[in-house]
Amino acid sequence: MSRAVLAFALRRAAATLALLFALSLLVFALLYLAPGDVARNLLGTRNVTPEALARIRELYHLDEPFLAQYWWWLSHAVTGDFGTSIRTGGQVGPLLLDRTGVTAATAGLAFLLSVLAGVPAGIATAVRRGRPLDRAIVAASVAGVGAPGFAVGLILLYVFALGLGWFPVYGTGEGFLDALWHLVLPAVALAFGLGAFVVKLTRAAVIRELDQDYVTFARGRGLSERRVLRLVLRNAAIPIVTSLGLMVAYLFGGTVLIEVTFALPGLGSLVEESVLFKDIPVVQALTLVVALVVSVTALAVDLSYLAIDPRVRTRAVRR
Amino acid sequence: MTPLLHARDVRVTSAAGVLVSGAGLTVAPGETVAVVGESGSGKSMTARALTGLLPEGVRATGRLELSGQAYDLAAARTPWQHIRGSRIALLLQDPFTSLSPVHRCGEQIGWALPRAGRAAGIARLLDEVGLPAEVAGRYPFQLSGGMRQRVAIAAALAAGPDLLIADEPTTALDVTTQHEVLELVAGLQRARHMGLILITHDLRLARARADRIMVMYAGRLVEEGPAAQVMDHPAHPYTARLAACDPPVTHRLPALPTIPGAVPRPYEVGGACAFADRCELAVEACRTAEPALAEVARGHRAACVRPSDVRPVAVPPLAVPPAAAVAPEAGPAPALLTVRGLTKRFPGASAQALDAVDLRIAAGEAVAVVGESGSGKTTLARCVVGLERPDGGSVEFGGGATGPRRVQYVFQDPYSALNPGLTVGASLAEALKAAGRPRSEARSDVPGLLDLVGLPAAYARRRPAALSGGERQRVAIARALAPGAELLVCDEPVSALDVSVQAQVLNLLSDLRRELGLTLLFITHDLAVARQVADRVYVMRRGRVVETGPVGGVLGAPAHEYTQRLLASVPAATRAE
Repeated sequence: MSRAVLAFALRRAAATLALLFALSLLVFALLYLAPGDVARNLLGTRNVTPEALARIRELYHLDEPFLAQYWWWLSHAVTGDFGTSIRTGGQVGPLLLDRTGVTAATAGLAFLLSVLAGVPAGIATAVRRGRPLDRAIVAASVAGVGAPGFAVGLILLYVFALGLGWFPVYGTGEGFLDALWHLVLPAVALAFGLGAFVVKLTRAAVIRELDQDYVTFARGRGLSERRVLRLVLRNAAIPIVTSLGLMVAYLFGGTVLIEVTFALPGLGSLVEESVLFKDIPVVQALTLVVALVVSVTALAVDLSYLAIDPRVRTRAVRR
Repeated sequence: MTPLLHARDVRVTSAAGVLVSGAGLTVAPGETVAVVGESGSGKSMTARALTGLLPEGVRATGRLELSGQAYDLAAARTPWQHIRGSRIALLLQDPFTSLSPVHRCGEQIGWALPRAGRAAGIARLLDEVGLPAEVAGRYPFQLSGGMRQRVAIAAALAAGPDLLIADEPTTALDVTTQHEVLELVAGLQRARHMGLILITHDLRLARARADRIMVMYAGRLVEEGPAAQVMDHPAHPYTARLAACDPPVTHRLPALPTIPGAVPRPYEVGGACAFADRCELAVEACRTAEPALAEVARGHRAACVRPSDVRPVAVPPLAVPPAAAVAPEAGPAPALLTVRGLTKRFPGASAQALDAVDLRIAAGEAVAVVGESGSGKTTLARCVVGLERPDGGSVEFGGGATGPRRVQYVFQDPYSALNPGLTVGASLAEALKAAGRPRSEARSDVPGLLDLVGLPAAYARRRPAALSGGERQRVAIARALAPGAELLVCDEPVSALDVSVQAQVLNLLSDLRRELGLTLLFITHDLAVARQVADRVYVMRRGRVVETGPVGGVLGAPAHEYTQRLLASVPAATRAE
């Protein structure tokens, strides 16, 4: 059994690798899809002299066939060498690394907040379906899903940073606690919409399970409400985990605007700057990083099914 | 002796109106009471009301006494936590949905047991329901339907209830499994001296298993009494008619007795007998006031103003030869459908779904394929119409391949077989257009099609949601007839319908055969239905045809051990020996 499960996990991991490989090909093709001459694009705003063009061509192996160029780029990319940024002239790898911390912290904090608040709220509303608390939370979550994160961020800034002065207006801060202090408002702004989404999907999943026959049967044979709720949550965990996995991709979209709103030097603001500047090596690297995070999350969700759902475990073993 | 359970004036209401009006129920220790009724009779709602498990928005009032202790069904403070489990346990119909799919069976049984000695308790309960101890470590999806229902029974008994309410406990199971599970429940009941309320739609099953029968109709209790008394000397016309609708497995009837019309909604009846509109005996008094339950014999009560005029509906006792005009018994009629060596295995399945199946249907003949779930009967039907591609073998239709205009399919579930967004008329017109009729003609042919299946032309404007199950199945049959098909493949067309409606649809099919010269391939798990419909029968098991021949021969004197076992599992047959 456990060997079969391991084999399943390895197969899924291999599939993820294959997917990333295909994505990297697409990402590399970005360079060619961008309008204009590749060498000129790579030169950016620097002086276009014949020598400079020749040097770029040599540096990027632009005279070689497409696949050879791709291989050359990929073999460097996997070691973290994504070339040099057109905008800054520095190495892309260290630049990325420098910006990752803030984004990971903001996104992680936002994810944690939205799950810690959203899942219990979703369960509470589902159990009290149709009562005032349910109506209130559902109404609030509709507003939360509807309100754009950057708008929420602006309101938070206005009230809590400018008005009350409880939180800093921008920047990242020094040291762990101060950094956390600086990230609270951005994370809350990001978590607002996300948490509302978690409430809605948790509520839907729990309500669906509450209507199942096995709940009636559990009550019909005298099990306590506590036990019934645990039974329901164990079953509802499957759709909830799936949706949480999907949220990670959404998180990256949201963080771009939030980082711009709060002037945080993270990956999100790097995306904005690089796209505006047509800094193709950086955009390539960023796209690949996001693809990596999203597909690794998907892999983690798939593997978590093995733990949560015995039907998937059995099917995985049989195949 | 104080009764185990005594319920009075049980009323169940929803936002739409009354669902159950004033039912009363008494169960003694060790006694089995069957509550019989068709869908909408309120039998399940009564069971839910007695366990405080009504769905959202549905409320009950009334009094419940358990071993002398009184509770108010309407009170919010009724201590259901203490009643359910140790005093009353509710067992549900579908073992596929009534257990949590992600918990091991042992865990689910053990929740109601004290922590100390839980493992031993689980093993003891599993042994009691006839399952090996290792089932405790399995998940429900790894077990067959019968085994799951045994696990559910073990879980229901874990807290040691004095009374078990079983809501259609075997309806979702195969015939042979039904028999085993009912035997098991009866044995457990004896061993534990437990009261049993058996909720069922099946009068025959009620008679075979119950001490007393209560018949419900449109939310009202219309008759109650000792099982034999109620069945042999019914005092309410509905009981008499319902019993007659149930087709016998022993012989074929020229036409099945039916009850005209449909069950009204409980809240639409008002101050009258709910059955008056469908009753031959109805007089003015039936329509002016709701008849009260009155004693007709000792312990036998009926809510009818003319109980002494009620007679069991006469059913011809002897075999009637299949309608001569229809049955091409003699002579080599040309084959309409020839199936040779059909094989099919679904990807990932360990067993063959179809294993070298041969089948031949002559023009105008009705052939039934009977078998339990997993026998391959539905796969065979789907291969015949081309919904499934066989791995090997051939399907020939009148010498050529089958085509949609010559073969049509009638599905089991009339609730999902019709597009809910289209009116009946639009559905039928669409089928006619698909058969190549011009648009104008398609529209004008719809009333004719509806008439053919016994529905008024005005139904063309209705949507499926406004129709009853039987009416929907009629529309589905009309749609299948639209292209002028020669062969109708019917996959369990009556198994989702109530008994009285089932009889109507079966009669319709036999009328259509006579009028249109239709050929039928009829898939069913119900031997009695096969007996009424078919000229010849094929018995399938695990993808193979194990026995075939004229219906009278196969069901009258079965040669194969499996057919014998199927027949022995039919409740009426069990009692007839």
